[in-house]
Amino acid sequence: MAEDRFPVEAGHILMFARAVGDENPIYADEAYAKTTEVGHVIAPPTFVQASAQFNPEYHLRIHQGQPWFGSGGKPSGLPEGTKPASTGSLHAEQHYEYHRNPKPGDVLTVTRMPGKTWQRESPRAGKLNFTETITEYRDQHGELVVTARSVGVRTERPVDQK
Amino acid sequence: MALKAKQLKVGDQHTERLVEDLKRTQLVMYAGASGDYNPLHTDEVYTREAAGYPSVFAHGMLTMGMTGRMLTNYVGDGRLTKYGVRFTNQVWPGDTLDATATVDAIRHEGGQSFVDLSITTRNQNGVEVIKGNATARIDA
Repeated sequence: MAEDRFPVEAGHILMFARAVGDENPIYADEAYAKTTEVGHVIAPPTFVQASAQFNPEYHLRIHQGQPWFGSGGKPSGLPEGTKPASTGSLHAEQHYEYHRNPKPGDVLTVTRMPGKTWQRESPRAGKLNFTETITEYRDQHGELVVTARSVGVRTERPVDQK
Repeated sequence: MALKAKQLKVGDQHTERLVEDLKRTQLVMYAGASGDYNPLHTDEVYTREAAGYPSVFAHGMLTMGMTGRMLTNYVGDGRLTKYGVRFTNQVWPGDTLDATATVDAIRHEGGQSFVDLSITTRNQNGVEVIKGNATARIDA
């Protein structure tokens, strides 16, 4: 079990909404948001995924002084002869349950708990190892804001595109 | 504007174009905002030469995020109570995506009305890239 502190910030919501191509002013314009049913700026439905920014150990970000598997002078920055572990983990499923809308100023506590694991054979990618993670996002009063269930899959080989 | 139970019926559909000719820059924007800097999504050299894919491909969560825009445009802001998907195929630069929500049920529970939706997002070849479900609070 791991816990992170996730401050919900207006600028981060704006960037995230732009990144998913959503220019709805409810995500960016406080004056407009006040005129809506909700009454304040909210975050888009998948925004809590950006809590990765506040996970100190998140593995898909460069950490100073540590090897990074992306390209530099060579196709991969991993030491010579090291292959990236399989093709890395792909995202298989994502589920959210919303208890209320996150808003700027919230400070969420993110608690990640391991879920089930299972295996399956795929004609397109070999042996598939699935791993489930349950993540709870609670506000500064301890109330649940969002519950997330994520399933990752590690494939034996790159997914065949034919 | 929120949906109204009395104006909805099972089988009703809402479709939106999510993106036309998906750009690599959009993948970079999503990486920066979400914090998921997996090189599979932004680093063409790594993805082709080290990982063995034909090109970078979209974060599943980018497609889920764009599909979420279709949902909130349909059900109204702040109305979703559940939203879940399976990523059934990869999304590539150049793809054009359309997302559809279909009304599966209209329910009334404890004085509140809800709509249950099934969701599908398809690419320009008709291949399903996301399959999912959502529930939203609606007006009576």
